[in-house]
Amino acid sequence: MSIEDPTVAFRVEACELLDQVEQALLDLTHRLDDAALIDSVFRGLHTLKGSGAMFGFDALAAFTHHIESAFDRVRKGRARATLELVATVLTARDHMRALVEGDAVPQDGGAILARLAAAVDAPAIAPTAPPRPAAADAATAGWQLSFRLPRQALAHGTNALALLDELRALGDCTLVARRDTIPPLDQLAERDCLVTWDATLRGDVPRAAIDDVFLFVLDDMELSATPLAPADPTPAATAAAPAPAPAREPDRSASGQPAPDTFGERRARVVQGELVRVPAARLDTLMDRVGELVIAQSRLSQLAGDRHDLQLRSVAEEVERLAAELRDTMMVLRMVPVSNLFGRFRRLVHDLARETGKAIALETVGESTEIDKTVGERLFDPLVHILRNACDHGLETPDERVTLGKGATGTVRLAAHQAGGAAVITVSDDGRGVNRARVRAKTEASGLVAPGEVLTDAELLALIFHPGFSTAAAVTNLSGRGVGMDVVKREIERLRGTIELVSTEGAGTTITLRIPLTLAIIDGLLVRVGTARFVIPLAAVEECLELSAEEDRRSLGRSLITLRDRLVPFLRLRELFASDAPPDAFQKIVVVATGRERVGLVVDQIVGSHQTVVKALSPFHRGIGSFSGATVLGDGGVALILDVAQLVARGQQIEAAMEQAA
Amino acid sequence: MSALSVSTGSGQSSTAVAWNRHGELEVLTFDLGSERFAIEATLVREIVEPLPETRVPCAPALVDTVVNHRGRIVPVADLRAPFAMVAAPPTAESCLVVVELALDDETLLLGLRADRVHEVVTLAEASSEDAPSVGVRWHRAFVRRLVRSGDDVIVLPDLAAILAPALGGAGA
Repeated sequence: MSIEDPTVAFRVEACELLDQVEQALLDLTHRLDDAALIDSVFRGLHTLKGSGAMFGFDALAAFTHHIESAFDRVRKGRARATLELVATVLTARDHMRALVEGDAVPQDGGAILARLAAAVDAPAIAPTAPPRPAAADAATAGWQLSFRLPRQALAHGTNALALLDELRALGDCTLVARRDTIPPLDQLAERDCLVTWDATLRGDVPRAAIDDVFLFVLDDMELSATPLAPADPTPAATAAAPAPAPAREPDRSASGQPAPDTFGERRARVVQGELVRVPAARLDTLMDRVGELVIAQSRLSQLAGDRHDLQLRSVAEEVERLAAELRDTMMVLRMVPVSNLFGRFRRLVHDLARETGKAIALETVGESTEIDKTVGERLFDPLVHILRNACDHGLETPDERVTLGKGATGTVRLAAHQAGGAAVITVSDDGRGVNRARVRAKTEASGLVAPGEVLTDAELLALIFHPGFSTAAAVTNLSGRGVGMDVVKREIERLRGTIELVSTEGAGTTITLRIPLTLAIIDGLLVRVGTARFVIPLAAVEECLELSAEEDRRSLGRSLITLRDRLVPFLRLRELFASDAPPDAFQKIVVVATGRERVGLVVDQIVGSHQTVVKALSPFHRGIGSFSGATVLGDGGVALILDVAQLVARGQQIEAAMEQAA
Repeated sequence: MSALSVSTGSGQSSTAVAWNRHGELEVLTFDLGSERFAIEATLVREIVEPLPETRVPCAPALVDTVVNHRGRIVPVADLRAPFAMVAAPPTAESCLVVVELALDDETLLLGLRADRVHEVVTLAEASSEDAPSVGVRWHRAFVRRLVRSGDDVIVLPDLAAILAPALGGAGA
């Protein structure tokens, strides 16, 4: 473990635990009676409480204790899991997270606990069937038990003797260790727990109490319990007795149910065995080194190419191959499945459904699709916005849906798949679709479109991404905060991706995002302006042409050029970047585009295409806006990478200014 | 601007000079124009010959170029401007002092131009004093301490205060 401060490690683990609790709670909203899920939440809370106290997070431990107690009552069937309760515990989870991260508002805790008490107590008045079979809790004379702890119990720190003591504390208990399950000495692994115990437990002990003793090993252990007949407490009678409470574990496997998604010790164990946790910063450092290696290697290849030394060339080729392989491996290391990203939206949709009073089902497809970690993080905000739009504006209320002959529950579908070098993420809903008439009216009102101007459907829909556009008549809490789809579009373009909207009125909307799998290496077009060199991402380049002397002169007054009957704004990079070297005789224009908008960039020379390892700019240069990063060239020099989205936006401003002047 | 601190990773703050318990501090001294400056030796990563610099258009004047230092893009700052000296071409002895700074919560490398690099010396707190309020032509906040060493006066600059206006990008 590379993290030295134990509280840092605790925070990381606690956040994971809380995420798992959240997922289990969200699952619980669909299956309120699922005992396995309830157990799962309880165990998560219990572990959190314990380790929180251990690491000195006392406020967290105390608060979690209350939630845990409430959930314990649910688990024991003394309170019922309701949607209200789950929602409250979800809020409590957020508070716990704040406690873990140390930015909690203390007053929140009290309010949540009050809500929790109300949620737990209310249903208790109406007696309902508890989730555990009531029969098992009926008065019994005792139990005949046979159990064997998980083989790794001792290795994982379970104190078997303490468990036996706990069992003894339940009632009059006779324990017999059976050694027939222990293999001969030469096959014995000394750390394995192999003893089977037979126990006769007398007294009115509920079955649940026995399960509680073994709570944390229950999933992996063998446990069979047969009630003792009240009149005849001999074990022989158990064979004839109908089994009202079959052993938990065999029952589950026998019925062929898939193992429920429980977490806790078992899953944690699996994860620790197969994965290594590495701080993201170390991966970034490694990526830097690989980038340096790629650059050094290209210089080596260049040198070797200039010399007629066959041995040197073969070594250079070998290094080239290794560097390429290493780069590919490095890329894979940074890839994470989108399930991490998608998982965070379940909560969002749950909250949105409660806020809007709509019934919303979130479907996710293709969660194993992998994208670069950084790309995934930067996709979060745009996707939140798109999902909010879908839930808030897209989906109808249940009543409207029923009137329209749709199911009351609206569906939002989040899907991902890989296509070539890009990940494709689609968000679709089966709501009302985009109201063309309203888009039209709105854009005409704001002057984006002249009244009566003929637009194709695609052009009309594209207006949704125009700055300042928002069709929501009423600004709600959820969307329409002045942040429009244009911001989403810009962010996606910053990731060098594209966004596309398809909508059928009455049937729903689909938004498709295409995102490159990685940001770390791009294909670029190397250009020269004065003495400086710049890289333009090749994916954004539409065409390169020469700016004729005549065109150059003619365009001096305006910054627009006619390109195949279309006016394209252009920027003279030497003016923009205040280059004082004399311009080349024949200037070139590189036309770059994002979606439908394009802008021409006037440069002195087009050097050629160049594989670019993208490096972040220092905080001194990040805010300038024209550059998205920098790269090291084969000769050791530095070239800045142009931020196409920003430059296109600048071109749009020029165009708008020219149109106003005209 | 949020709180700035320059540290060696062990969390020492810039504005206060971290004299050790004997009241001493190890520094690297270098000349720039007519002044002699000192930077904590623990901050210095490397001293390299001047590298080909790439101008960043529209960048703050204080840090308007970057260099490729072992595959990393490192911004270069010239302390001449904040200390009211005129720009001068590099000499045969010019160097780049690469220091590691923690600005906000980010660690970054920064190249400092130097006309001549001297040696690592130990300064004594006893012979140091605050910059006088009169008689100096520079911004007082840019100087942490002035230290007498023989006939010279060595300036301990406050890098955090000097760099703060240039953070966050565009301008100048």
